[in-house]
Amino acid sequence: MTMEDDIKTASADAGTNPADAATPAAERSTFQRILTVTVGPIVAAFVLSAIILMLVGVNPLTYYGYILERSLFSGLGLQQTATRMAPLLFLSASLIIAFRAGIWNLGTDGQFLLGAVISAATAPLLVGVLPGWALLLIGFVLAALVGAVWSVIPALLKAYQGVNEIITTLMMSFLGVLMASTLVKLVFRDPTTTVPQTRTLPVEDRLPRLFETSISSGLIWGLVAVLLVHLMMTRTAFGLRLRMVGANPAAAAHAGLSVPLLTMATFGLSAGFAGMAGASEILGVAGNVRANWDPAYGLMVIPLVFLARFHGVGAIVLVFFYSALMIGSESAARRLGVPQDFTLVLVASLLICLGLGEFIDQRKRKKER
Amino acid sequence: MDIVTETPTNLPPEKGAGIIGIHGVTKRFPGVIAIDDVSLTFHPGEVHVLLGENGAGKSTLVGILAGLQEPDEGYLSLNGQKTRLSSPSASLDAGISTVFQHSVLVPTLTVLENLTLGAPWYERPPRDRIAARMAELKNEFALSLPLDAITGELSLGQQQQIEIARALLRDSKVLILDEATSMLTPQGAEELGARMQKLVKSGLAVIFITHKLAEAYRFGNRISVLKQGALAGQMGPEQIGSMSEDQAIDEIVRMMFGREAATTSNTHRESTARDEVVLQVEGLTTPGDADVMGLEDISLTLRAGEILGVAGIDGNGQKQMAEAVAGQLPVTSGRVMLDGEDISKATVAHRRRRGLRYLTDDRLEEGSVAAFPVSENTVLKDIGQPPFWVNGLERPQRIAQHAREMIANFSVRTPSETTPIGRLSGGNIQKVLLGRELHGEARVVVFNKPTYGLDLQNIDTSRQRISEIAERGLGVVLISTDLDELMALSDRILVMEGGRIRGIVDNDGSGEALRLRIGRMMAGEEEHKQASA
Repeated sequence: MTMEDDIKTASADAGTNPADAATPAAERSTFQRILTVTVGPIVAAFVLSAIILMLVGVNPLTYYGYILERSLFSGLGLQQTATRMAPLLFLSASLIIAFRAGIWNLGTDGQFLLGAVISAATAPLLVGVLPGWALLLIGFVLAALVGAVWSVIPALLKAYQGVNEIITTLMMSFLGVLMASTLVKLVFRDPTTTVPQTRTLPVEDRLPRLFETSISSGLIWGLVAVLLVHLMMTRTAFGLRLRMVGANPAAAAHAGLSVPLLTMATFGLSAGFAGMAGASEILGVAGNVRANWDPAYGLMVIPLVFLARFHGVGAIVLVFFYSALMIGSESAARRLGVPQDFTLVLVASLLICLGLGEFIDQRKRKKER
Repeated sequence: MDIVTETPTNLPPEKGAGIIGIHGVTKRFPGVIAIDDVSLTFHPGEVHVLLGENGAGKSTLVGILAGLQEPDEGYLSLNGQKTRLSSPSASLDAGISTVFQHSVLVPTLTVLENLTLGAPWYERPPRDRIAARMAELKNEFALSLPLDAITGELSLGQQQQIEIARALLRDSKVLILDEATSMLTPQGAEELGARMQKLVKSGLAVIFITHKLAEAYRFGNRISVLKQGALAGQMGPEQIGSMSEDQAIDEIVRMMFGREAATTSNTHRESTARDEVVLQVEGLTTPGDADVMGLEDISLTLRAGEILGVAGIDGNGQKQMAEAVAGQLPVTSGRVMLDGEDISKATVAHRRRRGLRYLTDDRLEEGSVAAFPVSENTVLKDIGQPPFWVNGLERPQRIAQHAREMIANFSVRTPSETTPIGRLSGGNIQKVLLGRELHGEARVVVFNKPTYGLDLQNIDTSRQRISEIAERGLGVVLISTDLDELMALSDRILVMEGGRIRGIVDNDGSGEALRLRIGRMMAGEEEHKQASA
């Protein structure tokens, strides 16, 4: 019942996420609610992190100043921020499908890396053999397929045996990460380099850049993926079937839906998008996969998707915010000597404060009833 | 929350002085006034029955007494003192124990562990003391419980006994039983009635919530009738004592509806059966195990316009039969034919489109998706079908319009079609499901306990609808545990016991003789009756 409740409040509260701020709140004024659930917690998180920064002897204003300057107010930084969004958006799409369908796919990291490796292994070999667009298309399709294949075991276990997918997808994720690294070292290694890594896709064969900037067009595809997934889950018959299986499998079986097949479809789609996230990073930005490379974007995106309450537009806004933070803090770390991992402190305090904001909001609404 | 076992429960009954009072209490929920200015006094030594239709405010009243909700206006009093019950533990500390409609025991723990839940964490469960008290309770109230049994393995009746025992071990002064007989067999309900009388003789006040009129008369010392959140009338012990059951029921019905009971008449409908066979089931067999009863060789024939009643004690394979016919339950052998076409291999969705409809009895867990709005719930069985979806794309306006029509046609009480269906009362959810099954071209409708838990007026309307469906020439399979309902509506009555058909009798209007015949078939072998108790 708890998860259903969550989803119920999630759909009922879609108006509280920043993207939908225009929707009027039912009881308290919209302004107050935005204050409690978004603006307030964000300010609180920055204050909290500022205190920690002061304790280690760094001027928080300088630090935050760098972040803003580097990620948003400098042309290059803004471009980097936008480029970083692409894989995160694909991962958001993956998680929106899974979570709305009641499946906890926590194995996106493994699916992501395997998708990245397969696209990095094939794309450079096809340069000159196929036209550029076909090469990229094949890279994405293969990545999606490999990601989906990696979810088959958890999917079968969940669909036909009812095995908890949280555990199986996490386990498969660890295996996937190690498998990716093994493949790079043993199978797809570029013989011309000394460091273990795959062959590199030449810059001119990667995803085209937008206009005259360095922004990868993966951003556009990521945005399209999130919006399409959002519309699919909320507006189509197929999406409703998936959501029904997630919300009440007994009712779905009663209504004549094939619960196991739809569960398999959820896994396949979700893992497929995770694989494409990997491809977007490789074919758009990195060009190759180094052994032991694991950005762990998958687990990072989970809280963002939750805070967006599985809403596509909300997820896009939060992904943008988060990318800016990552890019900004990377350079702030270099200049000020604050370890780069301090981003995690900032993000963690943000999550805690946003969670507290939700809690306060829930309590206030309960009191009003 | 301490379990105090020293003080005896045998307090002398204090007649006249109320132990808890409710004074001018009003409780509002979004769009609905659940309770409207209700004042009641509960006395020790009395079974006080709260009677009302679905949505009359009974559950809200229980919630207020159990400390789950606080009144918006008015106040509670305890032994004449104004008081607040702001949490469930405050209610327990005040000596009020509540046995909810759905069990709140931990199924994987033993009976003893369940009885000691809520005791301070640093204490060892006082097994000897509890065993001694249980022995006393066994003598006084016929509560017999195996302390080391796993709770989930006991029958629902026994689980209810655990909850009553827990209340007694707490030395509660007031025991609230919310729809306590709804999951019991008739025999179990009688036992509960006798037990309640023993409890009040020992000085407790028992508040018994029900929507069954006969139970109110048989078990209650005082009856309060709630109607749409307001107190519609009360009958004291003297008044009840001076009336026969029929008189009392007439009086209660008058309070509840302001009209005489027309629904209890025994006249059964004119048969509208035609010659044409719409549904034929041959030798249907399903696998069974310890949890699920299997079906054995079920064969039946249903003609157009006919109502075939299915009688039996709940849990004797009726649900499995309905599911097997609807295609939800895999069968090991047997055939299902609709309009002469073999549909044994067809999927649920295909059978539905062919006109075979199944209205489940499990409204919340199977029939609806609680978190989805009413509008989506009205079309859950037609996902992807026009006119609600075109090329797989949802048409929200069309669905909303369809839902609004259904809300109007079936008088569903809901703030709007966008309200999550889980917030509606059981009766209103049932109306949505009924509307959903009747939508489109139906040939055969299998009703599983369609009027279970509905209020009298809705039972009436539902039965009329079922008659109308048969009149239109559809075949109806009506599964019910209410023999009166079956005898009022059916052309023939099939009796199930232990997953088998015990017999099919014509509903010839022979009244009591027929009832006895069916009753004997329902009883079947004694062990099956026990198992389903």
